[in-house]
Amino acid sequence: MLLLKVLVKNAFRHRLRTLLTVVGITIAILAFGLLRTVVSAWYAGVEASSASRLVTRNAISLIFSLPVSYREKLIRMPGVKQVSSANWFGGVYITEKNFFPNFAIEPKTYLELYPEFVLDPGEKEAFLHDRKGAVAGRKLAQRFGWKVGDSIPLKGTIFPGTWQFVLRGIYRGAESSTDENQFFFQWEYLNETMLKTVPRRANQVGIYLLGLTNPNMAAEVSRNVDATFKNSQAETLTETEKAFQLSFIAMTEAIVVAIQIVSFVVILIIMAVVANTMAMTARERIGEYAVFKTLGFSWWHIAGMIFGESFFITITGCALGIALTFPVAKSFGQQLSSFFPTFNVVRETIYLDSAAALVIGLVAGIFPAWRAVTIRIAEGLRRIG
Amino acid sequence: MTDVSDATVTPIVRLRSVSKSYRRGGQIVPVLEEISFDIAQGEFLALMGPSGSGKSTLLNLIAGIDKVDSGAILVGGVDITSLSETELASWRGLNVGFIFQFYNLIPVLTAFENVELPLLLTSLSRRERREHVAMALRIVGLADRMDHRPGQLSGGQQQRVAIARAVVTDPTILVADEPTGDLDRRSAEEILHLMERLNRESGKTVIMVTHDPRAAEQARTIRHLEKGFLTDVAA
Ligand SMILES: Nc1ncnc2c1ncn2[C@@H]1O[C@H](COP(=O)(O)OP(=O)(O)O)[C@@H](O)[C@H]1O
Ligand SMILES: [Mg+2]
Repeated sequence: MLLLKVLVKNAFRHRLRTLLTVVGITIAILAFGLLRTVVSAWYAGVEASSASRLVTRNAISLIFSLPVSYREKLIRMPGVKQVSSANWFGGVYITEKNFFPNFAIEPKTYLELYPEFVLDPGEKEAFLHDRKGAVAGRKLAQRFGWKVGDSIPLKGTIFPGTWQFVLRGIYRGAESSTDENQFFFQWEYLNETMLKTVPRRANQVGIYLLGLTNPNMAAEVSRNVDATFKNSQAETLTETEKAFQLSFIAMTEAIVVAIQIVSFVVILIIMAVVANTMAMTARERIGEYAVFKTLGFSWWHIAGMIFGESFFITITGCALGIALTFPVAKSFGQQLSSFFPTFNVVRETIYLDSAAALVIGLVAGIFPAWRAVTIRIAEGLRRIG
Repeated sequence: MTDVSDATVTPIVRLRSVSKSYRRGGQIVPVLEEISFDIAQGEFLALMGPSGSGKSTLLNLIAGIDKVDSGAILVGGVDITSLSETELASWRGLNVGFIFQFYNLIPVLTAFENVELPLLLTSLSRRERREHVAMALRIVGLADRMDHRPGQLSGGQQQRVAIARAVVTDPTILVADEPTGDLDRRSAEEILHLMERLNRESGKTVIMVTHDPRAAEQARTIRHLEKGFLTDVAA
């Protein structure tokens, strides 16, 4: 259709201006996409958490531990299918910069509770049978070039000394959101050493992890657990894994909110830029639109041409921006893998990108279209020459 | 009915007590006051008068691109002052051919496409449209330039494309506002000649605004407008 040709040709009348606008939108959409991906990476742990797992910690604070003896009582509670435990070890590999989370776990139960950590059966056996054995996530092993059988020393920050582990397995995540950046070893090894060196710190676990028979019982089981240990030497606080993860993020909530605000500000800025371009463009062509009206074209033809041009520019920029988001996010994710175990562009981000582009195109077109439609023909024609 | 200048010909345009004023800085400036006259079918009328006398305003009212304050305008029996904005737009598309001082072609379209533009609003097929456009361009002598864009044509050629665009829909009236105002002598004469030929050979009613006496000479009737009044009632 001829009017379609007019709008496309119009878009390319000021090549440089259009090019710069498209590049601006591309960069804005890219920045928006990356910032949204940071936000979703931030919540990846929450997303990956299971509704059928509970976390029991010391009621005073996470830094305080719980007696290993609680395990017997926990496993007998109605609704509890499995109990495992984990201690935050806080070991450093060579230097502080090499940060990654490492835990002392009760290995058999832990692997049962976390089927998303997928281990080769042979490697799993080897791990369970080696007191000094350890497993690392795929990305972590990749990062340091570890291979099964390697000896890995961690310097203890909470538990003094240098600890030697033998890598018995490399797990991979069952889901793209599974954290492949963690390091696990046997709680027995830690406890044995503590018994010998600092006995008062022995027989303690950091947190208990409870597997439920039915996720609907989460609230009830939590209440029961905490009631059972009320008035004992270490009172407990039990919550769902999701709530537990969220309580971590709550500490950094301000940063997430700031990133979210910035991501929308980026869109607002580019909206102003595109609106300005469209206003300039339409102002220059007000006479031409008056000619179209003179010839009998109606307001929807005029509005269609202006919005069409506006959408043409924004959709082009948006498509380029989305196409660039994937490779850029990938290389970002590789750089930041120690901060963000998973850094995937989620589908929701693409929807938001597209919605942002549509809003930009619409807002940028409204004022010029309204001007061109409402201006009296005689007035518009006067602008020529 | 009453005062028809030539009783043997039916009027195609009738103005009845047409008034128009503009608001400028809170003040109301009357431009046309109680104007009544008829334009006969097949007429070639030149509207003359000094700059600012309201010629363009009057032409715009007849062509339906501006609204009267009071009075009525009938074109081909239709009272255009009673039409809505949308009705008026499609009425213009069917009934009025426009020729402007600055040609007003769409710069991104070729001569052919510019002429085709008004036909997009009709129900003609693609093939019929092509035939009409080719014919219109042949009439103005530009069949060999149909793939050129306005920027690649001289002023006179652009104005001829504009004339082709004005006649391609076979409108009821042709209106021209200073059609030679931006042209050199020779091109101006070609354009006037073309308009005269259209009027004589195909009987098109032409209403032309000009302040150039030599342009007006081509017309069959000349009317003078001064300060919002027609000074000569009969031709
Ligand atoms: N849109 C407008 N707003 C205010 N005044 C106008 C407008 N259009 C025309 N005028 C005034 O109306 C008068 C007649 O204008 P116009 O019809 O263009 O005259 P002409 O074509 O004879 O030179 C002039 O005084 C002009 O300044
Ligand atoms: Mg004028």
